[in-house]
Amino acid sequence: MTISRRTLIGSAATGAAVAAMPLGRARAAGGKSIKIAVISDFSGPYRDDGGPTSVACVEQAVADFGATQKGYDVTVLKGDHQNKPDVGTALARQFYDQGVDLVIDVPNTAVAIAINGVAHDKNRAFIDSGAAGSSLTDKFCNAQSIHWTYDTYMLAQSTGGAMVKAGGKSWFFVTANYAFGHLLHDQTAAVVKSHGGTVVGNVNYPFPQTTDFSSFLIQAESSGAQVLGLANAGADTVNSIKQAHQFGLTKKMKIAGLLVFINDVHGMGLEIAQDLILTESFYWNLNDRTRAFTKRVLPRTPNNYPCMDQAGCYSGTLHFLKTVHAMNNMAAVKNGAELVAAMKKMPTDDDAFGKAHIREDGRFMCTAYLFKVKKPGESKIPWDYYNLLASTPANKAYMPMSEETACKLIKT
Amino acid sequence: MMMIFGKPAPLLFGQLLLGIINGSFYAMLSLGLAIIFGLLRVINFAHGALFMVGAFVTWGLFHYVGIGFWPALLIAPVIVASLGLGIERGLIRFTYKLDILYGLLLTFGLALVLEGLFTNGFGSSGVAYNAPDLLSGVVNLGFMFLPVYRGFVIFAAIVICTAVWFIIEKTRLGALLRAATENPSLVQAFGVNVPRLIALTFAGGVGLAGLAGVLAAPLYSVNPNMGSALIDTVFAVVVIGGMGSIGGAILTGFGLGIIQGFTEVFYPPASSVVVFAVMAIVLLTRPAGLFGKAA
Repeated sequence: MTISRRTLIGSAATGAAVAAMPLGRARAAGGKSIKIAVISDFSGPYRDDGGPTSVACVEQAVADFGATQKGYDVTVLKGDHQNKPDVGTALARQFYDQGVDLVIDVPNTAVAIAINGVAHDKNRAFIDSGAAGSSLTDKFCNAQSIHWTYDTYMLAQSTGGAMVKAGGKSWFFVTANYAFGHLLHDQTAAVVKSHGGTVVGNVNYPFPQTTDFSSFLIQAESSGAQVLGLANAGADTVNSIKQAHQFGLTKKMKIAGLLVFINDVHGMGLEIAQDLILTESFYWNLNDRTRAFTKRVLPRTPNNYPCMDQAGCYSGTLHFLKTVHAMNNMAAVKNGAELVAAMKKMPTDDDAFGKAHIREDGRFMCTAYLFKVKKPGESKIPWDYYNLLASTPANKAYMPMSEETACKLIKT
Repeated sequence: MMMIFGKPAPLLFGQLLLGIINGSFYAMLSLGLAIIFGLLRVINFAHGALFMVGAFVTWGLFHYVGIGFWPALLIAPVIVASLGLGIERGLIRFTYKLDILYGLLLTFGLALVLEGLFTNGFGSSGVAYNAPDLLSGVVNLGFMFLPVYRGFVIFAAIVICTAVWFIIEKTRLGALLRAATENPSLVQAFGVNVPRLIALTFAGGVGLAGLAGVLAAPLYSVNPNMGSALIDTVFAVVVIGGMGSIGGAILTGFGLGIIQGFTEVFYPPASSVVVFAVMAIVLLTRPAGLFGKAA
């Protein structure tokens, strides 16, 4: 019994993951060749927030851009990083060496930071949509990478700030014990304190081995705090909220799901998820443009509506292709720094996020929307889950560039 | 308020109870593993995946057929056991004559296949399943509010564990099973169909995993990875209890649940490691496990 299951999975799967397959291809005879690789979680806890639906969104962007008509031969590849930085790094190296022009998605902050370094070494473009860590545009920022959809700072400002303003002054945190959880906890705690609130306790629980959160929930309850801050994601968040519901915590405390995707809400069901406060930068049913985008992409992903991460893959790919077209110089496209600099110069506009832009440090500047999950009776159509509470403009939602930022790209 | 080691007493009583609840799952899962290992000498790595299948079958029965929790308590384990029967007859029986590692690798592969199939079919964020109305709500125990359903889980686990222990240790069927593993050819000579007995034992052990899955469905997120999160701990329970010891698996399951519960109060980051620390200590002092017979 000395063989650990995880070691076995690791060694068996590294081989499997690297054997990535080409997926879609928009071919124009004698067209200019572009390769995009979606590196995501295709088998683990973040699969529904990224994975196949991210690929569908990237393919939708290729179609909406009209690649074939404009004379491009676009290949979309995919690779499963299995939430392991070493697997992700190997995949990214292999893809870039095969001539991939853009790596996109990469949920999981640890893997994202690793691939961020590879993109820099190879001087190729990298758009991260799925990872949360704000360190990607701070400590780890570089000229080849863009952080697209959201980050821990924005989640802390939007969800944390709103809950404190609504009277939730004392907080108890349940935190996943790794880089992402700590970042989310620290930044939210800072927001709570800056609004005059207090943090009465925090539990760092082992990630990813925890399925039962009742002990931590009881500790949260006995602390007397008004708000339970969940600095975790995916199945952990679902388990925490489901069990908080069982213990009747929802009647005594407000729950702040600091990172919840619509797919998690779908997994919990509205009976459990109702009244939860959360932040996303995209919701399919937000306006006419988001609905139009969703209607186009759904045939490619019938059972899973896109969340902000996946919509970010669409938006990022579309902007990348528009920039490539505008540059009209395939040699320059192969230079990651030059390509990303051009992407930063051009404002973005698409159905998922509307008009936005990319900041000097690689931060995509989009609005953060604060949502409250509907009650079962309020939901009229499939995946009709959110009521919009507030929106935070990009310049308020993201960490200001001047302050505390360690990004070397910014000349002060 | 009374304090014990700097923590409020009610909080610790609460943890004790929660520890017993988690221990219930460890006990039920390690029981199935211990039976399969004790009688078949197969290290069943697919146990966690079959636990997950049990939970999904429960959800599926309600979602597609409208069958609720109570009938599912019977139907789902039978479905999982039939799946187990197929797995044993179709695959595992070919590994009996080989080194024990082949069975381990085969079941490990099966676990990956099952998890992969369910991830493809249902996604990774899981499906919603709520406790039956009769068992929803909470009761005030004075020191904590206990969800009724969790109380039911303890009760169910104790009944199930006692019944299984009784069948294996005290009945004629159990005696036959134990005899068949000691000396299959002799038992066969007495006219007992040993291969069938072994197949049914495997199905029974796997059915227990399915039953634990039914009980887990209202508690945890029903997702394809739910079994793999538990299985490491459950294997540690089996090793600590003594490989193949039925009573050992049950007592260790509850005991470790309690130890883990207290760790979650005093030093939460260590709560997943503590089980393996205990395992290391036990293996150093009693290599055959707490209740195992020395080889």
